[in-house]
Amino acid sequence: MASVGTSSRRKEGPEKLTGEARYIDDYPLEGALHGVTLRSKVARGILREIRFDPSFDWSSVVVATASDIPGENCVLLIEKDQPLLASRELNHLEEPILILGHSDRAKAYEALEHIEVVCDEGEPVLTMEEALANGAVFKRYEIVKGDLEAGFRGADVVVEEEYRVPHQEQAYIETNGIAAWEEKDGTLVLIGSMQCPYYVHKAMLGLFPRAPEKIRVIQTVTGGGFGGKEEYPNLIAGHAAVLALKAKRPVKIVYDRAEDMRATTKRHPARIRHRTGVKKDGTIVAQEIDVLMDGGAYVTLSPVVLSRGVLHATGPYECPNVRVVGQVVKTNTPPNGAFRGFGAPQTLFAAEMQVEKIAARLGLDALAVRRKNLFREGSVTATGQVLKESVGAQEVLDRAVAISRYLPRKKECERWNRRKAAPSWRGVGLAAVFHGAGFTGSGEVYLQSRATVSLLPNGDIEVEAASTEIGQGTTSILASIVADALGVPYEWIRVSTPDTAKVPNSGPTVASRTCMIVGGLLKRSADELRRALEKEGVAWPPTPPALKRAARKVCANGRPFGFVQEYERPGDIRWDDARYRGDAYGVYGYAAMVVELEIDKLTYEVTVKEVITAQDVGRAINPLLVEGQILGGTVQALGYALLENAIFDKGVMANASFTNYVIPTTLDTPPMRVEIVEKPYSLGPFGAKGVGELPMDVPAPAVAAAIHQATGLFLTELPLLPERILKAMHDRAHRQS
Amino acid sequence: MRGDASSMKLLRPRSVEEALRLYAASPHAVPLAGGTDFMVAWNAGDANGRTILDLSRLTPWKRIAETKTGVRIGALATHRELQVHPLIRKRLPLLVEACATIGGRQIQFRGTLGGNIANASPAGDTFPPLAVYEARVRLRSAGESRTIPLLDVFTGVKKTALARGELIESIEIDFPRRPARESFRKVGTRAASAISKTVAAGLLWLSSDGRIREVRFALGSMAPTVRRLSSVEALLAGKKPTSRLVAEAVDLLENDVSPIDDLRSTRAYRLEVSRNLLRAFLSTGLAR
Amino acid sequence: MIELTVNRKKRRYRGPAFKRLLDVLREDFELTGTKEGCGEGECGACTVLLDGEPVNSCLVPVVQAEGSRVETVEALGAASRLSPLQQSFLDQGGAQCGICTPGMLMTAVAHVRSGGSADPDSVRTALAGNLCRCTGYQHIVAAVVDTAKRERTRRARAR
Repeated sequence: MASVGTSSRRKEGPEKLTGEARYIDDYPLEGALHGVTLRSKVARGILREIRFDPSFDWSSVVVATASDIPGENCVLLIEKDQPLLASRELNHLEEPILILGHSDRAKAYEALEHIEVVCDEGEPVLTMEEALANGAVFKRYEIVKGDLEAGFRGADVVVEEEYRVPHQEQAYIETNGIAAWEEKDGTLVLIGSMQCPYYVHKAMLGLFPRAPEKIRVIQTVTGGGFGGKEEYPNLIAGHAAVLALKAKRPVKIVYDRAEDMRATTKRHPARIRHRTGVKKDGTIVAQEIDVLMDGGAYVTLSPVVLSRGVLHATGPYECPNVRVVGQVVKTNTPPNGAFRGFGAPQTLFAAEMQVEKIAARLGLDALAVRRKNLFREGSVTATGQVLKESVGAQEVLDRAVAISRYLPRKKECERWNRRKAAPSWRGVGLAAVFHGAGFTGSGEVYLQSRATVSLLPNGDIEVEAASTEIGQGTTSILASIVADALGVPYEWIRVSTPDTAKVPNSGPTVASRTCMIVGGLLKRSADELRRALEKEGVAWPPTPPALKRAARKVCANGRPFGFVQEYERPGDIRWDDARYRGDAYGVYGYAAMVVELEIDKLTYEVTVKEVITAQDVGRAINPLLVEGQILGGTVQALGYALLENAIFDKGVMANASFTNYVIPTTLDTPPMRVEIVEKPYSLGPFGAKGVGELPMDVPAPAVAAAIHQATGLFLTELPLLPERILKAMHDRAHRQS
Repeated sequence: MRGDASSMKLLRPRSVEEALRLYAASPHAVPLAGGTDFMVAWNAGDANGRTILDLSRLTPWKRIAETKTGVRIGALATHRELQVHPLIRKRLPLLVEACATIGGRQIQFRGTLGGNIANASPAGDTFPPLAVYEARVRLRSAGESRTIPLLDVFTGVKKTALARGELIESIEIDFPRRPARESFRKVGTRAASAISKTVAAGLLWLSSDGRIREVRFALGSMAPTVRRLSSVEALLAGKKPTSRLVAEAVDLLENDVSPIDDLRSTRAYRLEVSRNLLRAFLSTGLAR
Repeated sequence: MIELTVNRKKRRYRGPAFKRLLDVLREDFELTGTKEGCGEGECGACTVLLDGEPVNSCLVPVVQAEGSRVETVEALGAASRLSPLQQSFLDQGGAQCGICTPGMLMTAVAHVRSGGSADPDSVRTALAGNLCRCTGYQHIVAAVVDTAKRERTRRARAR
């Protein structure tokens, strides 16, 4: 029976339900020290001296500083600007200065209180605007299509607006944690909560130079990542390792919630300006977009976030004349990083609200404006990419509109709002988005991902890839793909734990690439394995005894009979990195959403009543898991839209707790109806594209559009707090009087 | 987690008398009931080395007992126990509603009314109902006992009038005459498990001629301590509830509170929403 | 020394009396199923049943659990023999990354055992003190609703 397309039982499921799954803090680690981090208390300064209180008993404490790093004091990602431990310059609050360890966690924290850091404090740059004025730009991109000025000349109306989106905290329920130790044979081992074992491996090689096989990185069961454990683990792993090597004992570092929220990466805040030329009938003829993002104090992944941001900045609309300029700047705040969507939720909020504004200006329904401009097969994007196949944009829009009864529902809300005695205002909002699957442009080629399918000596079939299961069901979907490629039961497939000593580097678990790219590699490996076994005389489909017999024959010297595939860029994908033109992504996912909400007239609190969404994922390898991704991503984005207010004060998060940074509870979450649409991608395994991030892009603008319909207020800044709704109402009343 | 268990000193009285004696001898000890406030600070490392006076074995203080005129709630009664108690449900429904909004169920099963009062947060959700029910708090120390109005217990943000060695023994409430209107509303940072931005409770009695006999309205999170809107109440007493009177009353609200901007909300929002809640309470029949 | 019953076994704890119940379970009794997510009593990942009621074990000093019955996720079932609630979670996608799952299950099981309503809004209210960042709650609520329905049916038949 085929596995793809069915909701096969999750392989990694049962142990998570019984408490048997082991997350990093569940490992006892005999003789380990608890590592804690001394962090900068200034946003900018020069470190002069570190003073240890002589009255404190330091005998049981081990301390590691920058001088204990044998290799280069830098956390390798893109640039080499971020030190593992600050030695001279302090560039943001919470910047790590030293790591200390004690066998008792409480005593380790106590020791931190007995260290004084003497520094010359400087004047920090805390806003994007100030950074830009100073020219502190990490990266700039420009996308040009057609003739912008001609486009504006041909427009009937020009609509301008500025949008702002804040930091967002990933708020995985398991905080960051890594343990490190050195084995007797000199192998440095790191285990912990992470999305990308090979990123950690590469970073460790730079810090602790040795042969690559002498660094081993193993992912433990990970309690959520959402991008927050994409690059940040490089830093915490380096910290655990430097102390472990100094102490010659294992070190475990696990952050508490407040530290995790204050010190680790967040979604890049952004300011997005739109200037759009449109015809009276709603046709978009010119798009001028300016994207400014706050990268924090170090480059980390900001160029890539900006890249995805600008590549999605137009929204899923075809426009002949486009200019997008994007910049990401340096401020003296903790570096920002990956969070589900990775630049696209920011720019798509703006793009979709711009459509809402255009519709209002022209007196058209936002649905009509979308239908006029929405991508279809054959459309050309801002980078000149022709969308050749798997374009579900129209279909998801049609489905969401139909299922939700969007137009009649809008009218019902209008009727409701005319009732003066109604206790609330009601509104329906619509949004449509696209999301490129896989790495941008030449990114996948650069990654050179590899993945393996093997027949083991005992007759089992094993998948080896570096893709991590962080809740999305990686293990299960890769097993499904391989099972169906081989034509054998899903239950026969084993998936290896991501351990760099064992699995090849199939790239990071990010960018909605695991199913499409890594799954694609594994499908080809499986095809090769099958052909090879058939050549060896195995009748297909095989029985378990037949596989065992074959294994005895082909697994020479007890080694697996395996086939590895390396990523090859499909021949017709062309990308010019220098001019930012061409096929930005192999394929895109598409989503549309209708949100109905209610705003209490006494308190301005927003209650989302229902969410209806249709999302094109190419092919749902496991429909239950796909639905889970859509539901989960939607609620994270509802939090982004309505609740999650990251307050920054003097350069650091002031509300770093679950008490004061609120994420949605069960009672903040509406009933959600998910419709999976499948427009297969010819180069995806069984037609699959990606689904991890797409759901994050669409809810926030749908909510803002619904608030617009409910109240007439066009709000341009997230989150859409009751305080802001109230203030906007007051400002409007003031203007009108 | 930065709490250091080995640094703590623990006093574990088995009786009320022992507790009061120990507390008199160690007045700097931290009385611990359900722990839902204190342990958060302890987890952050802010209470290492303290002496804890563990009250959890004082069974007499867990009881909820009917009195001649109302109810006596032991300080160690939990918010969950209050929610399900038949007498409280019947006669003090605003208190039941408030208890159901505190944290999630896990907090409600552990947090106690006495602990909540002693913690004296400006945002205590039960305080507006207790204020309009005119609760009295019975305090005990090794030598003495006294009973004071709830509003006299709170002296500032997280500050109480409890003297050295004094513990809250119980909260006494006389059941009010059935009101014409009663209402509780909490406006939090999200739909559940949230700290209030403003929290309101109101009781209103009408005379047979339709005038307002008495109104009691209290707001939390609008000042360092819970506030009864005394100016508003004084204005309304004995008058016919017209829309002009209601508007006047709503304007007066600002006199009785002092809301601020903080991490959770703004002064402007708090004021406007509180006015809306008061107006709705006064205007609509059996406003909820 | 503090005696308490954990998952129906009498256990003895010897250590600082103010150690949190969460840490005693995880470290001294090696029951690592219960997790710490926040230390503030907000996320519910540390939920255990204390004398049958769900509490945040990160806020309970073990001394206050002396003589009590504690139940953790380990008591519900094993991977080879899941309880009905756990099976329902597995069938309906109630767990993604799994870190909130032990706490979520304990709150849910208390609701189901007490004859809690199978109405989705009642279930949501019961679970409001358990945060999940992965699932968006819908599959969790469906799993608990199903289990509550079956439990109520079972009780009705048993009468």
